Amino acid sequence: MKVNIAIYSVLCAFFLFACGGKEEKKKDGFSVDRTKSTEKVEETTPKTSEVPASQRITLDNKGVGQIKEITLDPEIDDAMVTKGAELFKTNCTACHKTDKRFIGPKMEGILDRRSPEWVMNMILDPKLMTEEDRCAKDLLVEFNGAAMSNQNLTVEQTRSLLEFFRTL
Amino acid sequence: MKKYHYYMMALIGVAMIISSCGNGSNKSSSNGALGSSAAEKVYVAPGQQDEFYAFLSGGYSGNLTVYGLPSGRMFKEIPVFSQFPTSGYGYSEETKPMLNTSFGFVPWDDAHHPDISQTNGELDGRWIFINGNNTPRVARINLSTFETEEIIEVPNSAGNHSSSFITENTEYVVAGTRFSVPVPQKDMPINEYKGNFKGALTFISVEQEHGNMDIKFQLLMPGFNYDLSHPGRGDSHGWFFFTTYNTEEANSLMEVNSSQNDKDFIAAVNWKKIEEYVNNGGGTKMPADYAHNVYDEGTHMGTSTMKKEVLTVDPLKVPGAVFFLPTPKSPHGCDVDPTGQYIIGNGKLSADLTVHSFDKMIVAIEDEKFDGEAYGIPILKFEDVLAGTVKSGGLGPLHTEFDEKGNAYTTFFISSEVVKWKLGTWEVIDRKPTFYSVGHLMIPGGNSRKPFGKYVVAMNKITKDRYLPTGPEMEHSAQIYDISGEKMELIYDFPTHGEPHYAAGCPAELLAPKSKKIYRLDDNKHPYAVSNPSEARVERNGKEVHIYMSTIRSHFTPDNIEGVKVGDKVYFHITNHEQDFDVPHGFSIIGQNTSELLVMPGQTKTSIWEPKKVGVWPFYCTDFCSALHQEMQGYVRVSPANSDIELSWSLGE
Repeated sequence: MKVNIAIYSVLCAFFLFACGGKEEKKKDGFSVDRTKSTEKVEETTPKTSEVPASQRITLDNKGVGQIKEITLDPEIDDAMVTKGAELFKTNCTACHKTDKRFIGPKMEGILDRRSPEWVMNMILDPKLMTEEDRCAKDLLVEFNGAAMSNQNLTVEQTRSLLEFFRTL
Repeated sequence: MKKYHYYMMALIGVAMIISSCGNGSNKSSSNGALGSSAAEKVYVAPGQQDEFYAFLSGGYSGNLTVYGLPSGRMFKEIPVFSQFPTSGYGYSEETKPMLNTSFGFVPWDDAHHPDISQTNGELDGRWIFINGNNTPRVARINLSTFETEEIIEVPNSAGNHSSSFITENTEYVVAGTRFSVPVPQKDMPINEYKGNFKGALTFISVEQEHGNMDIKFQLLMPGFNYDLSHPGRGDSHGWFFFTTYNTEEANSLMEVNSSQNDKDFIAAVNWKKIEEYVNNGGGTKMPADYAHNVYDEGTHMGTSTMKKEVLTVDPLKVPGAVFFLPTPKSPHGCDVDPTGQYIIGNGKLSADLTVHSFDKMIVAIEDEKFDGEAYGIPILKFEDVLAGTVKSGGLGPLHTEFDEKGNAYTTFFISSEVVKWKLGTWEVIDRKPTFYSVGHLMIPGGNSRKPFGKYVVAMNKITKDRYLPTGPEMEHSAQIYDISGEKMELIYDFPTHGEPHYAAGCPAELLAPKSKKIYRLDDNKHPYAVSNPSEARVERNGKEVHIYMSTIRSHFTPDNIEGVKVGDKVYFHITNHEQDFDVPHGFSIIGQNTSELLVMPGQTKTSIWEPKKVGVWPFYCTDFCSALHQEMQGYVRVSPANSDIELSWSLGE
């Protein structure tokens, strides 16, 4: 009887897989290798970098979303920085620290790694970015699958945050 | 035996393949009913949305349920008069005051008749009101947050049944008592009811900007049972009509003794006249005890205030304000057509419907053609006010709703049917069975100046064989009929929650665009809110410990707390820092003697925990919030009462 159930379960699992839409090859056995999911990503796409996403420099990448092009004034706008710092405290510190990795990446030097457009797009629509932007996708994996929350900020608020990041 | 199992598994397996892989190849053999037009009419494809909202009262659930039409899908249960562990309503410190009454905390009621606010007699979608029948109360629910915002208790009332119907500009919501009682209450023999008890008809004013309710006046009527009511509209705006039964004023074996008179009354109340009288200083202030509970969206907090006085009006002091329209056979429903001309009294022990004419009533009043009086209130002559009689052939008419084409739809409880008839000619056009024993029915806007006569929903009292049996107790059944044509067509059947007495519906576009998605964190004025994680902390005040905690996907700040002792009263004040649509976080802790909390984005809620045992106790998020939801947890270390461990808290240290 036990054997029957086992056979039956395997069969059912097989059918469910077969109908799942994706034609993934069934792997045998059991594994606790936690990096498997990243390996799979790398299998389907050519290896671009061995460097973890958080340390990659992607300044040419503007990301996906409503911010297409912004020009930063050489002079930092202090009023905007103050606003941005306050917003950072209320809307971001639950997951980000300025000086070290927390739930998400540290903010120090963010603009040495990412373009201003990418940063703003990531804040304004993290869901779209993690779906369509390679770097954002990899960051999600690197940061343990902790998806960034959409804080429903306006473009103006997001711009203030960016100004604050310039000071870090 | 073995073979049988093989066979069964094979069968199940095959069924699975077919059902999970079902596509084009099976189409030809699909269920015949799915191909019929009835199925197409109620089919709202995955990802599509319904055309109408329907708000069905929950009856003895004490709450209000939200459905979509024509799909019959249930979207939400809005807690109103009952504690609701699903969200923590009535359990959280913020919402407990909402259920306060002059009888103390009453965590339940019998919710009956929802009514959507109106402007110029048309649905405006600002608020929906509903009455609590048992411990008389009226609640107001905000239709952008779908939350109960206000509950006012009704003193001198008992069985708040002819409620909570609103006037055509939402000037008033009424609360008429079904049971008459001594006013004020006193210790007296029950059998001295007759002539001594009173029936209070309460007019609660509604402030137009925020909707706040206040009792404007109570009309102290003879001791009849005031069963249902509806406002005048159009020409009859300014009047309110209440059906009565037990004009015999019996106090025992009512099912016999209250059915003796061939005719009871519809009480016609000129509330504008009484309002004027009251505004000019009329009426008598009377001591009373009643609770007024208001929930503030800014502080996310309810407060309860006990009121001490109510203004009462003796109808005899306002000549020309109240008249009785004789109506046969213990009328139940009291419905006014979209033009405001016809007042329909459904004599529940009769086969016929009685329709009164507003214009004829006014002429009869002007001509003073009275047929006697009851406790000084003039009775008009039946023949003088009668517009017509609908000879339906059905039995036990209860309630009537209207479409925009001059038709009326009446439920018949005993003969289980909906009957469509024509206003003015009184001819019956169509009748369709219901399953079974229908009570109320609802057409979106069907009791306003502008009905949307596409569907009627019949709400039944008896289910029996309509669904798979679930033991002796079953949810009540409802049926949806397409009424866009000359004949009604039964198109769907769905179970409802609790016992819906009446419902209110409106086009989806009236509410959907303004439905709130989040509470803004920067608008949060809760005294225990934390606006950013650096404010998260734990404070001790004697034996009270206040934990100011924040949540975001997927952690609590703080998540390690030490220094709590057995015998402490621990307040968890949880602020949800999410600002994204549909990302609530839950909170619960082992041994909590209340329910969990479900905290909406930007909101703060509080739960009390009184640790009884030494140990390290976990708390966790109850709402699957992200891929790391299972990791959203924390610990509270509880030390012995005499311990000297200092309070400390942390996250990620």
